[in-house]
Amino acid sequence: MSVLDKVKFDADGYMEDSNAWTPEIAEAIAKREEVTLTERSWVVINYARNEFKVKGEAPTLRNITKNTDVDTKELYSLFPGGPGKMAAKVAGLHKPTGCI
Amino acid sequence: MADKKPARKLAIIASKGSLDMAYPPLILANAARMSGVDVDVFFTFWGLDIITKKKMNKLNVAVVGNPSMHPWFHIPTLLGIIPGMSAAASAMMRSEIKKLDFPPVGEFVQLVMDAGANLFGCKMSMDMMKLTEKDLVEGAKVLGAMEFIEMSDGAQLLFV
Repeated sequence: MSVLDKVKFDADGYMEDSNAWTPEIAEAIAKREEVTLTERSWVVINYARNEFKVKGEAPTLRNITKNTDVDTKELYSLFPGGPGKMAAKVAGLHKPTGCI
Repeated sequence: MADKKPARKLAIIASKGSLDMAYPPLILANAARMSGVDVDVFFTFWGLDIITKKKMNKLNVAVVGNPSMHPWFHIPTLLGIIPGMSAAASAMMRSEIKKLDFPPVGEFVQLVMDAGANLFGCKMSMDMMKLTEKDLVEGAKVLGAMEFIEMSDGAQLLFV
Protein backbone atom coordinates (compact mmCIF):
# COMPACT_ATOMS: atom_id res chain seq x y z
CA MET A 1 0.00 0.00 0.00
CA SER A 2 1.54 3.25 -1.13
CA VAL A 3 0.50 6.79 -0.29
CA LEU A 4 0.14 7.23 -4.05
CA ASP A 5 -2.71 4.74 -4.31
CA LYS A 6 -5.33 7.39 -3.61
CA VAL A 7 -3.62 10.17 -5.58
CA LYS A 8 -4.89 10.99 -9.06
CA PHE A 9 -2.34 11.73 -11.79
CA ASP A 10 -2.73 12.99 -15.35
CA ALA A 11 -1.37 11.04 -18.34
CA ASP A 12 2.08 12.64 -17.95
CA GLY A 13 2.36 11.82 -14.26
CA TYR A 14 1.53 15.22 -12.77
CA MET A 15 -0.87 15.37 -9.81
CA GLU A 16 -4.37 16.36 -10.84
CA ASP A 17 -5.19 18.07 -7.55
CA SER A 18 -2.19 20.10 -6.42
CA ASN A 19 -3.96 20.93 -3.15
CA ALA A 20 -4.00 17.26 -2.14
CA TRP A 21 -0.17 17.24 -2.04
CA THR A 22 1.72 16.31 1.13
CA PRO A 23 5.48 15.93 1.78
CA GLU A 24 4.91 12.16 2.04
CA ILE A 25 3.41 12.17 -1.45
CA ALA A 26 6.47 14.08 -2.68
CA GLU A 27 8.77 11.39 -1.28
CA ALA A 28 6.69 8.68 -2.96
CA ILE A 29 6.59 10.48 -6.34
CA ALA A 30 10.36 11.01 -6.15
CA LYS A 31 10.86 7.30 -5.51
CA ARG A 32 8.62 6.44 -8.46
CA GLU A 33 10.58 8.84 -10.70
CA GLU A 34 13.89 7.51 -9.34
CA VAL A 35 14.91 10.88 -7.91
CA THR A 36 16.63 11.04 -4.50
CA LEU A 37 15.44 13.98 -2.45
CA THR A 38 17.96 15.85 -0.31
CA GLU A 39 17.72 18.88 1.95
CA ARG A 40 18.57 20.98 -1.12
CA SER A 41 15.76 19.41 -3.16
CA TRP A 42 13.39 20.55 -0.44
CA VAL A 43 14.56 24.15 -0.82
CA VAL A 44 13.26 23.91 -4.41
CA ILE A 45 10.10 21.99 -3.54
CA ASN A 46 9.12 24.33 -0.70
CA TYR A 47 9.76 27.38 -2.87
CA ALA A 48 7.68 25.89 -5.71
CA ARG A 49 4.83 25.13 -3.29
CA ASN A 50 4.89 28.68 -1.94
CA GLU A 51 4.86 30.12 -5.46
CA PHE A 52 1.92 27.88 -6.29
CA LYS A 53 0.04 29.16 -3.24
CA VAL A 54 0.59 32.76 -4.32
CA LYS A 55 0.33 32.50 -8.11
CA GLY A 56 -1.61 29.28 -8.67
CA GLU A 57 0.98 27.70 -10.95
CA ALA A 58 4.42 26.12 -11.01
CA PRO A 59 7.29 28.65 -11.02
CA THR A 60 9.66 28.80 -14.00
CA LEU A 61 13.18 27.48 -13.43
CA ARG A 62 14.48 31.03 -13.86
CA ASN A 63 12.17 32.14 -11.08
CA ILE A 64 13.52 29.36 -8.85
CA THR A 65 17.20 30.11 -9.52
CA LYS A 66 16.67 33.85 -9.11
CA ASN A 67 14.83 33.61 -5.81
CA THR A 68 16.54 30.72 -4.01
CA ASP A 69 20.24 29.98 -3.49
CA VAL A 70 19.95 26.97 -5.83
CA ASP A 71 21.69 27.79 -9.13
CA THR A 72 21.02 26.25 -12.54
CA LYS A 73 23.74 23.59 -12.33
CA GLU A 74 22.60 22.43 -8.90
CA LEU A 75 18.96 22.41 -10.00
CA TYR A 76 19.83 20.01 -12.82
CA SER A 77 21.81 17.77 -10.49
CA LEU A 78 18.97 17.69 -7.93
CA PHE A 79 16.35 16.76 -10.52
CA PRO A 80 17.93 14.59 -13.20
CA GLY A 81 15.71 13.93 -16.20
CA GLY A 82 14.77 17.58 -16.59
CA PRO A 83 14.11 19.84 -13.59
CA GLY A 84 11.29 21.62 -15.47
CA LYS A 85 9.27 18.43 -15.35
CA MET A 86 10.65 16.73 -12.26
CA ALA A 87 10.49 19.60 -9.77
CA ALA A 88 6.85 20.27 -10.67
CA LYS A 89 5.94 16.58 -10.50
CA VAL A 90 7.49 16.06 -7.09
CA ALA A 91 5.96 19.29 -5.78
CA GLY A 92 2.55 18.04 -6.91
CA LEU A 93 2.09 20.86 -9.42
CA HIS A 94 0.85 20.83 -13.01
CA LYS A 95 3.19 20.84 -15.97
CA PRO A 96 4.92 24.27 -16.03
CA THR A 97 3.75 26.53 -18.85
CA GLY A 98 6.67 28.98 -18.72
CA CYS A 99 9.29 28.88 -21.49
CA ILE A 100 12.36 29.52 -19.36
CA MET B 1 6.18 5.58 -14.05
CA ALA B 2 9.75 6.70 -14.67
CA ASP B 3 10.59 7.48 -18.28
CA LYS B 4 11.90 4.27 -19.82
CA LYS B 5 12.09 5.46 -23.42
CA PRO B 6 15.60 5.96 -24.89
CA ALA B 7 16.91 9.48 -24.21
CA ARG B 8 15.64 11.99 -26.76
CA LYS B 9 18.31 14.09 -28.48
CA LEU B 10 18.01 17.45 -30.19
CA ALA B 11 20.62 19.01 -32.49
CA ILE B 12 20.18 22.69 -33.29
CA ILE B 13 22.01 24.62 -36.00
CA ALA B 14 22.06 28.36 -35.27
CA SER B 15 22.96 30.22 -38.46
CA LYS B 16 21.80 33.76 -37.78
CA GLY B 17 23.27 36.36 -35.43
CA SER B 18 20.70 39.14 -35.27
CA LEU B 19 19.14 39.85 -31.89
CA ASP B 20 15.77 38.43 -32.89
CA MET B 21 17.26 35.25 -34.37
CA ALA B 22 19.58 34.58 -31.41
CA TYR B 23 16.72 33.83 -29.07
CA PRO B 24 14.91 30.94 -30.83
CA PRO B 25 17.83 28.48 -30.68
CA LEU B 26 18.63 29.48 -27.08
CA ILE B 27 15.01 29.23 -25.92
CA LEU B 28 14.54 25.85 -27.60
CA ALA B 29 17.86 24.49 -26.31
CA ASN B 30 16.92 25.56 -22.79
CA ALA B 31 13.37 24.18 -23.07
CA ALA B 32 14.78 20.86 -24.23
CA ARG B 33 17.15 20.67 -21.27
CA MET B 34 14.32 21.58 -18.87
CA SER B 35 12.43 18.57 -20.25
CA GLY B 36 15.44 16.28 -19.91
CA VAL B 37 16.30 16.19 -23.63
CA ASP B 38 20.01 16.11 -24.61
CA VAL B 39 21.03 19.12 -26.72
CA ASP B 40 23.94 20.00 -29.01
CA VAL B 41 23.94 23.44 -30.64
CA PHE B 42 26.14 24.18 -33.67
CA PHE B 43 26.74 27.89 -34.28
CA THR B 44 27.64 28.62 -37.87
CA PHE B 45 28.11 31.72 -40.04
CA TRP B 46 26.46 34.71 -38.36
CA GLY B 47 25.13 32.44 -35.66
CA LEU B 48 28.70 32.37 -34.37
CA ASP B 49 28.18 35.90 -33.02
CA ILE B 50 25.86 34.45 -30.37
CA ILE B 51 28.76 32.68 -28.66
CA THR B 52 31.55 35.13 -29.56
CA LYS B 53 32.50 37.00 -26.37
CA LYS B 54 32.99 40.36 -28.04
CA LYS B 55 29.72 40.25 -29.96
CA MET B 56 27.18 38.26 -27.94
CA ASN B 57 25.90 41.22 -25.93
CA LYS B 58 25.92 43.63 -28.86
CA LEU B 59 23.61 41.86 -31.29
CA ASN B 60 21.24 44.08 -33.21
CA VAL B 61 17.95 43.65 -34.97
CA ALA B 62 17.78 44.72 -38.62
CA VAL B 63 15.25 47.41 -39.41
CA VAL B 64 15.69 47.48 -43.18
CA GLY B 65 14.24 44.49 -44.98
CA ASN B 66 12.49 43.26 -41.86
CA PRO B 67 8.72 43.29 -42.38
CA SER B 68 8.04 42.05 -38.86
CA MET B 69 9.13 45.02 -36.77
CA HIS B 70 5.60 45.83 -35.73
CA PRO B 71 4.52 46.25 -32.90
CA TRP B 72 7.84 47.24 -31.35
CA PHE B 73 8.94 49.71 -33.88
CA HIS B 74 6.74 49.98 -36.90
CA ILE B 75 8.79 52.02 -39.34
CA PRO B 76 8.88 52.14 -43.10
CA THR B 77 11.96 50.56 -44.70
CA LEU B 78 13.07 53.90 -46.18
CA LEU B 79 13.33 55.47 -42.72
CA GLY B 80 15.23 52.43 -41.51
CA ILE B 81 18.36 53.64 -43.27
CA ILE B 82 18.63 56.62 -40.91
CA PRO B 83 21.72 56.13 -38.69
CA GLY B 84 20.83 54.92 -35.21
CA MET B 85 17.52 53.40 -36.24
CA SER B 86 18.73 49.80 -35.82
CA ALA B 87 20.31 50.62 -32.45
CA ALA B 88 17.08 52.19 -31.24
CA ALA B 89 15.01 49.21 -32.40
CA SER B 90 17.50 46.84 -30.75
CA ALA B 91 17.34 48.74 -27.45
CA MET B 92 13.56 48.56 -27.56
CA MET B 93 13.61 44.85 -28.27
CA ARG B 94 16.09 44.23 -25.43
CA SER B 95 13.75 45.99 -23.04
CA GLU B 96 10.77 43.92 -24.23
CA ILE B 97 12.79 40.72 -23.77
CA LYS B 98 13.75 41.83 -20.27
CA LYS B 99 10.10 42.46 -19.40
CA LEU B 100 9.38 38.80 -20.19
CA ASP B 101 12.17 37.86 -17.75
CA PHE B 102 14.36 36.39 -20.49
CA PRO B 103 18.07 37.08 -19.88
CA PRO B 104 20.34 39.03 -22.24
CA VAL B 105 22.10 36.84 -24.85
CA GLY B 106 25.38 36.44 -22.92
CA GLU B 107 23.62 35.38 -19.73
CA PHE B 108 21.28 33.10 -21.69
CA VAL B 109 24.23 31.32 -23.34
CA GLN B 110 25.69 30.68 -19.87
CA LEU B 111 22.30 29.46 -18.67
CA VAL B 112 21.95 26.83 -21.42
CA MET B 113 25.51 25.65 -20.78
CA ASP B 114 24.82 25.37 -17.04
CA ALA B 115 21.70 23.43 -18.00
CA GLY B 116 23.94 20.93 -19.77
CA ALA B 117 23.60 21.87 -23.44
CA ASN B 118 26.78 21.42 -25.53
CA LEU B 119 27.75 24.43 -27.66
CA PHE B 120 29.98 24.28 -30.72
CA GLY B 121 31.47 26.90 -33.02
CA CYS B 122 31.64 25.93 -36.69
CA LYS B 123 35.30 25.54 -37.63
CA MET B 124 34.92 26.79 -41.20
CA SER B 125 33.01 29.92 -40.10
CA MET B 126 35.60 30.60 -37.42
CA ASP B 127 38.45 30.33 -39.90
CA MET B 128 36.61 32.71 -42.21
CA MET B 129 36.07 35.23 -39.43
CA LYS B 130 39.61 34.74 -38.07
CA LEU B 131 38.39 33.54 -34.69
CA THR B 132 39.89 30.94 -32.34
CA GLU B 133 38.37 29.00 -29.45
CA LYS B 134 39.61 31.77 -27.12
CA ASP B 135 37.21 34.21 -28.81
CA LEU B 136 34.26 31.99 -27.91
CA VAL B 137 32.48 31.95 -24.58
CA GLU B 138 34.23 29.65 -22.13
CA GLY B 139 32.91 26.10 -22.44
CA ALA B 140 32.08 26.29 -26.16
CA LYS B 141 34.18 24.05 -28.40
CA VAL B 142 35.24 24.23 -32.04
CA LEU B 143 33.85 21.54 -34.31
CA GLY B 144 33.86 20.65 -38.00
CA ALA B 145 30.58 20.23 -39.85
CA MET B 146 31.22 16.56 -40.50
CA GLU B 147 31.90 15.88 -36.83
CA PHE B 148 28.66 17.63 -35.93
CA ILE B 149 26.70 15.49 -38.38
CA GLU B 150 28.25 12.37 -36.92
CA MET B 151 27.55 13.56 -33.40
CA SER B 152 23.90 14.27 -34.20
CA ASP B 153 23.27 10.69 -35.35
CA GLY B 154 19.81 9.74 -34.11
CA ALA B 155 18.96 13.28 -32.97
CA GLN B 156 16.11 15.46 -34.14
CA LEU B 157 17.60 18.27 -36.17
CA LEU B 158 16.55 21.90 -36.12
CA PHE B 159 17.92 24.64 -38.39
CA VAL B 160 17.48 28.23 -37.25
